Amino acid sequence: MIDAPDFSFAALSPLLLVLGAACIGVLVEAFAPRDVRHPVQVGLALTGTVGAFVATLLLAGTREVTAGGALAVDGPTLFLQATIAGLGALSILLFAERSLDPARSAFVVSAAVPAGSPRDRELVTTQRVQTEVYPLALFAIGGMLLFVAANDLLVMFVALEVLSLPLYLISGMARRRRLLSQEAAVKYFLLGAFASAFFLYGLALVYGATGSVRLRDIREAVTAESGGVLMVLGLGLLVVGLLFKASVAPFHSWTPDVYQGAPTPVTAFMAACTKVAAFGAILRLLYVAFGAAEWTWRPLIYAAAIISMIVGAVLGLTQTDLKRMLAYSSVAHAGFLLTGVIGFGAGGDGSGLAATMFYLVTYGLTTLGAFAVLTLVRDGDGEAGHLSQWAGLGARSPLTAAVMSLFLLALAGIPLTAGFTGKFAVFRAAIEQGAWPLAVVALLASAVAAFFYLRVIVLMYFSDPVADGPTVGVPGLPTTIVLAVTATATLALGILPGAVLDLAGRAAIFVG
Amino acid sequence: MLSTYVPIVGLFALAAAFALFSVAVAPFVGPRRYNRAKLDAYECGIEPVDQPLTGGRFPVKYYLTAMLFIVFDIEIVFLYPWAVANDALGVWGLVAMVVFIGTVFLAFAYEWRRGGLEWD
Amino acid sequence: MPAEGLLAASWLLIALPLAGAAVLLLGGRRTDRWGHLLGTATVVAAFLLAVACTVQLAGLDGRAADVELFTFIATGELDVTAGLLYDPLSAVFVLLITGVGSLIHVFSIGYMAHDPARRRFFAYLNLFVAAMLLLVLGNSFVALYVGWEGVGLASYLLIAFWYTRPAAATAAKKAFIMNRIGDVGLALAIFVMFAQLGTTSYAGVFGSVGTLAGGTITAIGLLLLLGACGKSGQFPLQAWLPDAMEGPTPVSALIHAATMVTAGVYLIARSAPIYDLTPTARAVILAVGAVTLLIGAIAGCAFDDIKKVLAYSTVSQIGYMFLAVGLGPAGYVAGLAHLLAHGFFKAGLFLGAGSVMHAMDDSVDMRRFGGLAKKLPITFVTFGLGYLALIGFPFLSGYFTKDAIIEAALDRGDVWGWVLGGVAVLGAGLTAFYMTRLMLMTFFGRPRWDDGVHPHEAPTVMTAPMIVLAVGSVAAGALLVSVFPLADWLAPVFGEPAEAAHVVAPALVGLVVTVVMVLGVLTAWLFVGRREVPVTAPVRVSPVTRAARNALYADTVNESLFMRPGQWLTRALVWFDNRGVDGAVNGLAAGLGGSSSRLGRAQTGFVRTYALGMLGGVVMVAGALLAVTAG
Repeated sequence: MIDAPDFSFAALSPLLLVLGAACIGVLVEAFAPRDVRHPVQVGLALTGTVGAFVATLLLAGTREVTAGGALAVDGPTLFLQATIAGLGALSILLFAERSLDPARSAFVVSAAVPAGSPRDRELVTTQRVQTEVYPLALFAIGGMLLFVAANDLLVMFVALEVLSLPLYLISGMARRRRLLSQEAAVKYFLLGAFASAFFLYGLALVYGATGSVRLRDIREAVTAESGGVLMVLGLGLLVVGLLFKASVAPFHSWTPDVYQGAPTPVTAFMAACTKVAAFGAILRLLYVAFGAAEWTWRPLIYAAAIISMIVGAVLGLTQTDLKRMLAYSSVAHAGFLLTGVIGFGAGGDGSGLAATMFYLVTYGLTTLGAFAVLTLVRDGDGEAGHLSQWAGLGARSPLTAAVMSLFLLALAGIPLTAGFTGKFAVFRAAIEQGAWPLAVVALLASAVAAFFYLRVIVLMYFSDPVADGPTVGVPGLPTTIVLAVTATATLALGILPGAVLDLAGRAAIFVG
Repeated sequence: MLSTYVPIVGLFALAAAFALFSVAVAPFVGPRRYNRAKLDAYECGIEPVDQPLTGGRFPVKYYLTAMLFIVFDIEIVFLYPWAVANDALGVWGLVAMVVFIGTVFLAFAYEWRRGGLEWD
Repeated sequence: MPAEGLLAASWLLIALPLAGAAVLLLGGRRTDRWGHLLGTATVVAAFLLAVACTVQLAGLDGRAADVELFTFIATGELDVTAGLLYDPLSAVFVLLITGVGSLIHVFSIGYMAHDPARRRFFAYLNLFVAAMLLLVLGNSFVALYVGWEGVGLASYLLIAFWYTRPAAATAAKKAFIMNRIGDVGLALAIFVMFAQLGTTSYAGVFGSVGTLAGGTITAIGLLLLLGACGKSGQFPLQAWLPDAMEGPTPVSALIHAATMVTAGVYLIARSAPIYDLTPTARAVILAVGAVTLLIGAIAGCAFDDIKKVLAYSTVSQIGYMFLAVGLGPAGYVAGLAHLLAHGFFKAGLFLGAGSVMHAMDDSVDMRRFGGLAKKLPITFVTFGLGYLALIGFPFLSGYFTKDAIIEAALDRGDVWGWVLGGVAVLGAGLTAFYMTRLMLMTFFGRPRWDDGVHPHEAPTVMTAPMIVLAVGSVAAGALLVSVFPLADWLAPVFGEPAEAAHVVAPALVGLVVTVVMVLGVLTAWLFVGRREVPVTAPVRVSPVTRAARNALYADTVNESLFMRPGQWLTRALVWFDNRGVDGAVNGLAAGLGGSSSRLGRAQTGFVRTYALGMLGGVVMVAGALLAVTAG
C-alpha cells in the first residue's frame, strides 16, 4: 500500500482558486453564448485572482511543506503569491478595457485567421471580442503561483511550462500590427523552449549528482560533499533557465522584441508578474537547495547582475520606441534585483531576501502603471509607441503626462517614489554583504538609466507637439482603476514604505 | 553515484550495436522479391505526394489532429501505471486520476464545442 | 531637544511652498489669473513663520529643536526616521532662502508678467523653495539627499524653462549631467556612512564618526566634497553654472546665486564634525576653493554677456566660501557670513541685470549697453550699491566678510596661509576689475544701443525688491559682524569663537585689500572706461584673453573627460550589438553553407542570433563554473 501524500488544501487555496477559475473559464468558452462570455470571463478571472490575493493574506504566517514535500508554503511564497495575484488582477483589468480601441479590445478576434487576409480585414472592425485570453492568463498566473511555491525541481519545471505556454500564446494575439505580434510570439516560444531545455538538462545533471529533485535533499547532498563538476554544471544550467525568464542579460535578447510585439496589456502582465515569479524561483533555488554551495553561484550572479545593469542601461539610451525602452529598463531592473539576491547571506542573514521581495512589489506596480499609460496614447494605427509622438504631451494632456512622469521617476529611482525605496533596500542589502563594488556599478547604471527616463519627461514637457500627434484616449473604468492603484501605490511606497518593508522583512524566512 | 547509470549506457550500446548490425547484414542475407504493395510507404498514412497540396505547406488541421493524439497518448501514459498499481494506490489514486481525466476532458469539451474536431 | 510651540510646526515651512506648487501644477489653467499671487503668498508666509521660529529658537537652551515627522523606513536594524532639525545653522539658511525667495517672487510678478507660462514658472519656483528648505532642515543625510535631488530637479526645470531655445535645453542637460556626477559622490558618501556606522542621521553620524579609520573618514569627506562641488559649481564641475544663465533672470538670482549653489557650503559646514577629523579632505577643499576663486575671477574678466560675468563672479565668490570652510573651525563662521552677504548683494545684482535686460529688450550683450545710468536711475543706484558691496568697498558688507576670510587664511600662520591669503587678495583685485568693467560698459560711456531700443525703468513691483536687497547689501556685513554677531549665534553648532592670534593685524589686512581693490578699479578704468568700447568683440587678442573667453577651456576638458567616453561607449555597444553579434552569426551561417534567401533570413535569422547569444552565455556560465570547480 502506498500512502497518500499529505495535502494541505488550505495552504494551497490561492493556487487552487486561480487554476479552478481557469478550468471553469475553459468551460465557459465551450458552452456559454458568445455575448455573455466577456462579462462572465472578466468576473471569473477577477474572482480567481482577487480571491487568491485574499487567501494569501488569510494564510499569512503559515509555514509548512506540503504535497509530499513538493510544495513549500512559507513567508516568501505567500508574499510573492500575494504580489503575483494582486498584479495579476490589475493586469486582468487592463485586458478588460473596452473603451480605448475603437474595436473595443486589444486582442485579435480570431488568432487563427491569417494576418492580412480578406477575412482578417473584415474582422478588424467588428465589435466582437475574444475571451480566450482570460483563461489563458489565469493559467499563466496559476503557473506563477506554483513556481514560487515549488520545493521540487520537477514541479518547478512543470510550473515553468504552465506559466510560459499561455504567455507564448497571448503574446501573439495583438489586434493591430498582427505580424509583429506573431513574430514576437514565435520568437518568445523558440527561445523559451531553448531556455527550458537548459533548465531540464540542468535538472537532469543535478539529479545525477545528488540523486534527488527535492530541494531539501539536494541541500543535504550539497552540504555532505561540496559537489562535483556534475552538480556545478547542473546548477549553472538551472540558473540559466531561470535568468532567461527574468530577462537577465545575456539571456535577455527576446525581451525587447517580445515586449514590443505583444499586446500592451500582455506586456504589462509579463513585465510585472513573470519577473516576480522568476525571482521567487531563483531565490528559493539558490538559497534552499544550493545555499551550501554559495561559492559557486555567487560570482555567477554577481557577473550577471553587472552585465544586466550595464546592458539594460546603455542600450536603453538609444531606443526610440517606448515599449522597447521599457524592455531594456526591465533588463536593467533585473540586474538591480540580482543585486538584492547577492545581498542575502547563505545562513539566512542579511536583508537581501526582504529587499528583493520589496523591490519586486515596487517594480511590478510601477512598470504595470507605465505600460497602462502607454495604452492610452494612440494614433490611427493603435498605440503610439514612438518617442517622437510623445513630444509635447504635457501640454495636450497634463494629467496623462504627469502620471507617466511619476512612473518614469519611480523607475529612475528618484526619492519619494517607490523606486527609490526599493533601490535603497537592495543596494543596502548588497553593501551589508560586502558587495559594495556591485552597489557602485548599480549606482552608476542608475545614473545612466535615469537619463533615458528623464528624456521622456523632457520630451513630454519641453518639446513642441508634433503636428498630427496621437490622441490621448479617455480610459474606461478598468484602466482608471489600474492607474489610480499603481500611481497611489508608487507614491505611498515612496513616502511611507514602512508597513510593506516590515511585512517583507517578517516574511523573509524560507521553510526548509 | 554515476555507477547507477552503467546498465543504461550498456543498454544504449547494445541497442545501437543491434541496429547497426541489422542494417549492415540485411543486404547480404535478405531475399529480394519486390511487388507493388511492397514498394508502398510502410504501414499507415496517406500516399506521399511530391508537392504538398497548398503552396508548400501542410494544412494546420493535420497538426491539430496530431496534437489531440498526443494529449490522449499522454493520458494513457499516466493511466497505464495507475491501472497497474491501483490496488496499492487506493482511493487517493482513484480521486487523483479522476481529477486528471476531468481536466483533460475540459480541454476536449472546449475543442469539440469550438469545432476543432470538424475537418472542414 | 524635541520641538515645542511654533517650532513643532516648522514642517509647515516646507509644506506651504510645496502646497503652492501642487495647486499651481494640478490646478491647470484655472489658476492662471491668481497663481503667481498664491505662489508669492506661500513663500512670504513661510518667511514670517521662519522669523517667528527663529525668535523662539533664540530663547531655547542649546538652541536646537528636533521635529520628528514620521518613520520612513523601519525594518530590522535600519531605522530611518524622517525628521527636521531646527538649529542656528539651518535657521540662518531658512531665513536666507525664504527672505530672498520672497523678494524674488515679488520681482518675478513684474518680470514674468507677459510670459504665457507664468503660472508654471511660479510652480517650479515654489517647488524649488520647498526642496531647498527640506535640504537645510532635514535631520539626516538622507533627508538632505532628497532635498538635494529636489533642488536639482527644480533647477533643471527652470533652466530649461524657455525650452524652445536650443541653448536653454542644452544648458539644462549640461547642468543635469554635471550635477549627477556630484550626486553620485554624495550618494556614495551616504552609503559609506550607512555601511560603516549603520545610521545616516546627523546626530548618529557625528556621534560615532570618530570611531572610524582615518582613511574612511577622508573618503567620506572627499565624496561629500564631490557632491558639494557639483551643486556649487566648483572646480572641476564649474562649467554648468554660467550656462545655467539661460534660465529666466529671477531664477539666476534665487537659485544660481543666492541659495541653491551655496548648498555645497552648507553641506560642508553641516559636516564640520567629519571634516574636523580629516585634514587631508580639508586641504582638498582649500585647493578647490582657491583654484575656483581664480578661475571664476579670470573668466569673469573676459565675457561680454552681463549674466555670464555675474555667474563667473558667483563661481569665484563661492570659491571664497569653500576656502573659508576648508580652513576648519576658524573659517566656518567667516564662510557663512560671506554666504549671507553674498546672498543679498548677488541676488540684488542679478535682479538689477534682469531690470537692465527688461529695459533693453532682453539683450545681455554689454557691448550694446552704455550710458544707462541716466535712463535707469533706481537700477543704477541699487546695482551700484551691490557692486560696491561685492568688490569690498570699505564698510559695505563684502568688505567685512571677505576680509574675515582673508584674515582666517593668514591666521594659519604657515606658508600655505600666505599662499591662500595671497590668492584671496589677488581674487579681490580681479573682482574689482571685472565688476568695474561691467559697471562701466553698462551704465557709463556713450549709449551703444541698437535702433529701436527705448530703455525704461522697471515697474515698482520689480524695483522694490531691488531696493530692499540693496539696503541689505550695504548693511548685512556690519550687522553680521557687530550688531548680531553671527559667530555667537552659530556657537552651538561650531563652538564658541576663539580669539585668534592674528598673524597680520586686521587693520593692515583691510588696508591691503582696499588698496588692491582700488588698483583693480583703476586698471579697469584705464582699459575700459577711458576708451571707446567696440560694439563687436575684438578678434585678435592675446592667448590669455582667448583662454579666459573660453572659460579656461573647462568645457573642452569636460567633454573629453566625461561626454566623449560615454558617447563612445554607447556607440560601441550599439555597433557591437548590430554588427558584431549579428555579423558573426550571419558569417557563421554562410560559412556552414547555409544559403538561405534574404526573406528566410529576415524571418528566422534574428531568433538564431538570439539563440546563439544565449548559447554564448551558457558557455560562459559553464566555463566559469568549471574553472571555479577545477581551480
